[in-house]
Amino acid sequence: MSLVARHLEEKNIPTVVIGSALDIIKTCVIPRYLHVDFPLGNPCGKPNNIEMQNAIFKQALALFNEKIETPLIKRSPFVWNSDQSWRNNYLKVDSSNREQLKREGNIRRKEQKLVESSGVNRMTLTP
Amino acid sequence: MNNTFDRKVYDISYIDRTRMFYRAQGYTSDYKWAKHSTTPIAKMSKNIADCRVGLITTAMPNTEKGRTCRDIYSVKCDPIPESMYTSELSWDKTATHTKDVGSFLPIAALQNAASEGLIGGAAPCFYTVPTDYSQRNTTKFDSPRIFEHFVQNNIDVAILVPL
Repeated sequence: MSLVARHLEEKNIPTVVIGSALDIIKTCVIPRYLHVDFPLGNPCGKPNNIEMQNAIFKQALALFNEKIETPLIKRSPFVWNSDQSWRNNYLKVDSSNREQLKREGNIRRKEQKLVESSGVNRMTLTP
Repeated sequence: MNNTFDRKVYDISYIDRTRMFYRAQGYTSDYKWAKHSTTPIAKMSKNIADCRVGLITTAMPNTEKGRTCRDIYSVKCDPIPESMYTSELSWDKTATHTKDVGSFLPIAALQNAASEGLIGGAAPCFYTVPTDYSQRNTTKFDSPRIFEHFVQNNIDVAILVPL
């Protein structure tokens, strides 16, 4: 998505990205980014919390008013909740699931070969 | 793992997590994320209150075509889709869900901002862009197509939301 933003910026269309993966954004480098420190999946606010979703959108809009010469990263003040265990659990790899992941990888590679040979879809980046 | 550690707040390195996860699945070559040291920056030619705003998402339409062929789609914002196809994307399926479209595709918030006069207007459609293992597909093919949609629909600025 950051690559799309960079392309639009090159073509003189200002962009704001709203996301939750700060390191990926910092690596690709884009002009305006609102970081929402939530588990991946709800960068625009908690499900069914309309008030929060409107507030986050307005925070994103505000970035367009900043005069910038270098990349701008702002953090939304919202927090997910007091339980931070999702940070440790996401894509966790340890002795409890290592064998299972190996099996899933083998299955996935077979599926990917089928997809590639069919030519009907594109290979997704994500696990 | 104790409770103190569970409460610790830190920025997750998704690049490292993804790399370790793929390796555990038996993949032998790491994905190379797009890496740049600078960025093009477009100047705002007018105030955001006078701009037509368009949305871009990595989610796909929850239709037969959207579920089977990940691509760029132009989808009407009205009515707001009741659901989007997100299961192929990488997000935290343990901690949360994507049953509320507004939590990752801010169509309602965009319309609300338009009604409050915070923006000049909302584009009638939003656009999907597939995440792709090939950065070349994104830069050479998808991005120009998105740009064309923006030009054709007189959209001034973009808000992009990767899941």
